[in-house]
Amino acid sequence: MATVVAVIASTHHPFYYRASTATGEDRPPFADEWTSKILAFRETLTRARPDVLVMVGSDHFHQLWLDNMPQFLVGKAPSYDANWYNEEREFGLPRMLLKGQEDLSGHILRAGLDAGFDLAFSNELRIDHSITCPIITLRPEADLPIVPIYTNIFAPPLPQPKRFVQLGEAIREIVESWPSHLRVAVIGTGHLSLELGGPRQFGPHGPDPEFDQRAVEWIANGDLDGCLREVTLDSLHAPGNATHGFMDFMLMMGVAGAGAKADHVDTLDLFHTMEAYFTWYPNGAPTA
Amino acid sequence: MVPERSADGMSRYLLNKFLYTVDRDPELVERYRHEPRELVAWWEAERANAVLNCHTGESTTWLRFDDVEREALATHDHVKLFELGAHPFLTLTLFIALFERDNTEPLEYQKSYGLRLAHFALPYPDIAT
Repeated sequence: MATVVAVIASTHHPFYYRASTATGEDRPPFADEWTSKILAFRETLTRARPDVLVMVGSDHFHQLWLDNMPQFLVGKAPSYDANWYNEEREFGLPRMLLKGQEDLSGHILRAGLDAGFDLAFSNELRIDHSITCPIITLRPEADLPIVPIYTNIFAPPLPQPKRFVQLGEAIREIVESWPSHLRVAVIGTGHLSLELGGPRQFGPHGPDPEFDQRAVEWIANGDLDGCLREVTLDSLHAPGNATHGFMDFMLMMGVAGAGAKADHVDTLDLFHTMEAYFTWYPNGAPTA
Repeated sequence: MVPERSADGMSRYLLNKFLYTVDRDPELVERYRHEPRELVAWWEAERANAVLNCHTGESTTWLRFDDVEREALATHDHVKLFELGAHPFLTLTLFIALFERDNTEPLEYQKSYGLRLAHFALPYPDIAT
């Protein structure tokens, strides 16, 4: 059976690509520290020597729209074009083409449906920065086949936080039951406190540093009980109006498993939102 | 913050559809920047009822803006759009495309956009559709 060699949870900051590639006067003062943290984070994936990446993210009203909105969707295609005109326009993100791992997509869909998750699917999916940002930060070669999984953290009514955790737990089991010798990393991106299009946006820090601190502790310690006790669909409005993206972190806590302490934890306090990076090695840290 | 009118989910849907379909089309973004009232009138007449990905013979028959919504869009009034429950991500993304180019320093437009919303306290207007 397949092996889950790493579980990785991260923010997906669309400004990283431009900040890290900028030079001279255009290079922001925080770029060097940010790049250094990303290189250390990238090494945690490289060391795990993955063959396949399961990528959990959230479409930002690109291909998924209110006339036909799935809650959880699995891509099943041989290739995925990536990044959209408005992401090139606003963030300078490059067009990308990623290979798909259709066999694993099919396995996740079949086993997910049989486990009670009514997963939607897409055979022609153009993916966005929720998935390409971690490719850029963690695997810039973009050479590994992926299975994209989209969650709705964006367009209410949303699934409950517990459902994200349950789906994460199921993804872990399903990947580990895939009849394959391949090494799989499960990578998911979400947000800590975040405000978009509201009065608290683009401040000197994230809109709710206290929430961010608690959230990082929940994730780093695998404290699903503590997290689920405090986080509800209603409560997530308070830290910032886009904070429902935190539920993708909760999904990844489900993948890592209750009580699983992360092997790599790092944060970066930026303007607008805090960056956070977590890696778990389910089978122990790889030896060099 | 009590809205002056209670936008229902369907009304918010059409506002969002405008923001979504204009934002993803570079030509419409430019038309909306330079001639917002004309663009909104054209869009409501020609595009509001188009089911995306379907040919025009199968258009919707009942979607339209009310006067408050139409005026908010025609005047680039992102504060009113927030009050009406338009999806904040859609509004922000499109308005950055419209106006960030006028910045004289980084994030100038984004910060002033937030400041213009400073009178809103939690709970923010409902965005459910």
